[in-house]
Amino acid sequence: MKVTVLVRPRDGIRDPQGEAVRRSLAGLGYPAADVRAGKLFDLQVDAGDEESARRIAAEIAEKVLSNPLIEQYQVEVAG
Amino acid sequence: MRVGVVSYPGACDDRDAARAVSLLGAEPVRLWHGDADLAGVNAVIIPGGFSYGDHLRPGALAALSPVMSAVREHAEAGRPVLGICNGFQVLTEARLLPGALRPNASLKFVCRDIGLTVERESPWLPGVAAGDVLTIPIKHHDGCWFADEETFSELVTNGQVLLRYADNPNGSVGSVACVTNVAGNVAALMPHPEHAVERLIGSTDGRVLLRGLLDLAQMSAPRLTSV
Repeated sequence: MKVTVLVRPRDGIRDPQGEAVRRSLAGLGYPAADVRAGKLFDLQVDAGDEESARRIAAEIAEKVLSNPLIEQYQVEVAG
Repeated sequence: MRVGVVSYPGACDDRDAARAVSLLGAEPVRLWHGDADLAGVNAVIIPGGFSYGDHLRPGALAALSPVMSAVREHAEAGRPVLGICNGFQVLTEARLLPGALRPNASLKFVCRDIGLTVERESPWLPGVAAGDVLTIPIKHHDGCWFADEETFSELVTNGQVLLRYADNPNGSVGSVACVTNVAGNVAALMPHPEHAVERLIGSTDGRVLLRGLLDLAQMSAPRLTSV
């Protein structure tokens, strides 16, 4: 089952990478006031149903793919 | 006194760390990331480098390696562990130390000698007093230590902050350069004490922390009992 995990910097945590991109966008004249940079992981999870795929992916996201002190994650299961 | 130096694929300061241990009169023991035990060492150094290519997050994958289970047991038994640079990232990712290391606020790699102000007297810092300044080089891209306000003030109250940058090079919260765990037997810093052990290359201030590691190992060594 295909599961996507999105990892973002936590709200309020400074994101220098996003800031650097925002400055470049401003230089090109794009009206992008705020940019936050994160990561995306596509996982093929061996699970019987959507609920268990979601549970396994959330555990992986919590323990490995993100650092909960500085990042938040979101799990999306392909329909 | 036997000091384990853990090597990961991508480590690059492990040999300097082992050499520094020898200079201080102790025996370095090279450990591998796949090892299941620490070969009976008295202390452990997690050295600098780019473990597992720093993929995912610096130190994140190394924190999951087999040797870290043994390092965790060693730490929980009260024996000393010193993390240097990537080793600091590994120890925070392993939750053996508070906070997390993020990319430098400048997004630039920094490589220079830096002044470190001693926050308080500690077994990790033999022979120096609060307010003294040690000169030790830094070389990192992801050295911006982060902890939320509550955690940070707790650490200060507990005396877990040992060193602060005299001139913050990376955006670390509170200019924090070196922290310990609550028990005080695990410490780490982004600067490289193992690169500051000989006058020829500019500073011997790194010897302070390495001496501290050996002193703590001596204190926590099991007492030999006669049969």
